[in-house]
Amino acid sequence: MAWTRKVLRINLTSGEITTEPLNMEWAQKYLGQRGLATKYLVEETDPKVDPLSPDNKMIFATGPLTGTCASTGGRYSVITKGPLTGAIACSNSGGYFGPELKFSGYDMVILEGKSPKPVYLSIFDDKVKLRDASHLWGKSVWDTDDAIKAEVQDPLAHVAAIGVSGEKGVLYSCIVNNKHRAAGRSGVGAVMGSKNLKAIVARGSNGVTVEQPQEFFAATDAGKKVLKENAVTGEGLPAFGTQVLMNVINETGAMPTRNCRDVQFEGAHDISAEAMAEPRRSDGKANLSTNQGCFACTIACGRVSTIDPQHYTLQGEGKDQYKHASGGLEYEAAWALGSATGVNDLDALTYAQFLCNEHGLDPISLGATIAAAMDLYEEGVINQDITGGLDLRFGNAKALTEAVELTGTAEGFGVELGLGSARLCAKYGRPDLSMTVKKQEFPAYDPRGIQGMGLTYATSNRGACHLRSYTVSSEVLGIPEKTDPLVTEGKAALVKAFQDATAAVDSAGICVFTTFAWTMEDIAPQVNAACEGNWSVDALMEVGERIWNLERQYNMAAGILGDQDTLPQRLLKEAAKVGPAQGLVNGLDKMLPEYYELRGWSTDGTPTGETISRLGL
Amino acid sequence: MDVTLKLYATLTPFLPSGAEKNQISIDVSEGSSVMDIVDKYQLPKESCHLILVNGNYTPLASADQKILVEGDTLAIWPPVAGG
Repeated sequence: MAWTRKVLRINLTSGEITTEPLNMEWAQKYLGQRGLATKYLVEETDPKVDPLSPDNKMIFATGPLTGTCASTGGRYSVITKGPLTGAIACSNSGGYFGPELKFSGYDMVILEGKSPKPVYLSIFDDKVKLRDASHLWGKSVWDTDDAIKAEVQDPLAHVAAIGVSGEKGVLYSCIVNNKHRAAGRSGVGAVMGSKNLKAIVARGSNGVTVEQPQEFFAATDAGKKVLKENAVTGEGLPAFGTQVLMNVINETGAMPTRNCRDVQFEGAHDISAEAMAEPRRSDGKANLSTNQGCFACTIACGRVSTIDPQHYTLQGEGKDQYKHASGGLEYEAAWALGSATGVNDLDALTYAQFLCNEHGLDPISLGATIAAAMDLYEEGVINQDITGGLDLRFGNAKALTEAVELTGTAEGFGVELGLGSARLCAKYGRPDLSMTVKKQEFPAYDPRGIQGMGLTYATSNRGACHLRSYTVSSEVLGIPEKTDPLVTEGKAALVKAFQDATAAVDSAGICVFTTFAWTMEDIAPQVNAACEGNWSVDALMEVGERIWNLERQYNMAAGILGDQDTLPQRLLKEAAKVGPAQGLVNGLDKMLPEYYELRGWSTDGTPTGETISRLGL
Repeated sequence: MDVTLKLYATLTPFLPSGAEKNQISIDVSEGSSVMDIVDKYQLPKESCHLILVNGNYTPLASADQKILVEGDTLAIWPPVAGG
């Protein structure tokens, strides 16, 4: 129960479409979504495979709570080998696509091979077809979404699609569903493009059954009550969204600014949640139009905004699609496109996020890569001959938006920006200017000001990421309890606990934002009532630890070893200039050995035989 | 002495008139504590979750012992999160 117990397998090379039973033995060990699909990928592919070759597979996977009435039970993940990192890629998205896939009767879709021509996959319960997408190739995500809905003649169908960036192999292109929600990180869109798969459309008529209905309703109702009564999930996130962090992190002195040259951004307030709510001079309206929730979500943190009609980004021809309310601006996009590049123009950033949604780009990696390019430009390493005339000074909003436009369609200097900052900086002989771990750009928290995030980035299995262990919650926000962001003591255990819990949450089919209010004590009864088996807190934490180690094993087999558990030298050698962390670098060397020990790994970061045996790997 | 007061999110309406970009310079008497400011501006204590003095965390429970000095920046948020 809760699982549909069915897998849809699509061989894109031959066009063969088959179904098979879900491996329930694995489901008991890896739960679903992130964990279970990783197990399938590990079993079915060579970790050394070229991520953009037909031999790589990609899996769209739901969790047991996806499609249920559990709050936020609308998640799905895309699991594959990522082209940006060469590591395991697992990108999680909300919206409405995941539940529709589940309602069609499948826990996951495994895509293998490469189609000889552009296609899209249509899933209407047991009517599954590969359909010609030649006429969609070259179209944006938004145009593709509209066109497919018209073709299938069902406005309630939900589409997950790539843009031109995914077709052309931008290494951080993403898969966008419902036009504004994305499986965003590690370049899963480029893998989809390499398979000539433009989109998946799903519409299902089945429900999701649960093991113990009465207990499930009681547990999910209790969970919703906790979310409603919690000040963060019941009030703060719906009203201000993730963008409320802009001023918090800046005041804390952990705002990565101008490619991590600085830790505070003087323009932070101009691009914050508070600024989004202020009426503007031109039309008296605020940038923020409303908030928005994903399927079954009782938090509704999403932002929907409008650009100032007088702003430069809306002038000229071909701008109609940006002149109405659309998805964004979220904190990670605002930071990466704004603070990291030194741009404090709220409307320019809103436009840039709209472009990311329209073209299928990860705004974190995009913004951080443009920031690295700006650093190269300011250092005199590259010039306008190389950038095609872009004046990439820090703070130049027009250069930023033009760079985003070019990358979205992979044209001009956008082709080089599409490589990501690690490859871009290496190409021009300055790898030190790339703020990445395992070639993936890190998010909106400077590890000099929040020490635990340094260990988080260094050890994240998908390359630098905040959503693998969001210790900001404890170190800055005091959830579940406050710890000192400036010290390294205790952070190894904190990171491990967050990593294991998050892996379990990501595998259940719910959103990690619930954990601002929920503990595993709130989550376990919901999973336990939905699924057969024993899903206690301890069982879920063990599943999380097992998943973490499985991902680690995959990466090591792919050639990504412990020596890559590190940070850019700028964060290890150049101290913060101002703020509470003034004089500090990140103390990774103090945290990493303890972390390895707590994990049951050898001193070079390899899971020991005892650990592998204990976890049943 | 002058102290910069910053209030955010649902605390924004508690800023005195004249505030811009969620901050204002206020004149406070020598020896004033963080709690004195919380009381003076009638901030709901249950909403004073994240209190930073020059970026460093001060628990509400010890806000009466945290004495402000000339040039300090006091920033306060209700419970918030994101990511």
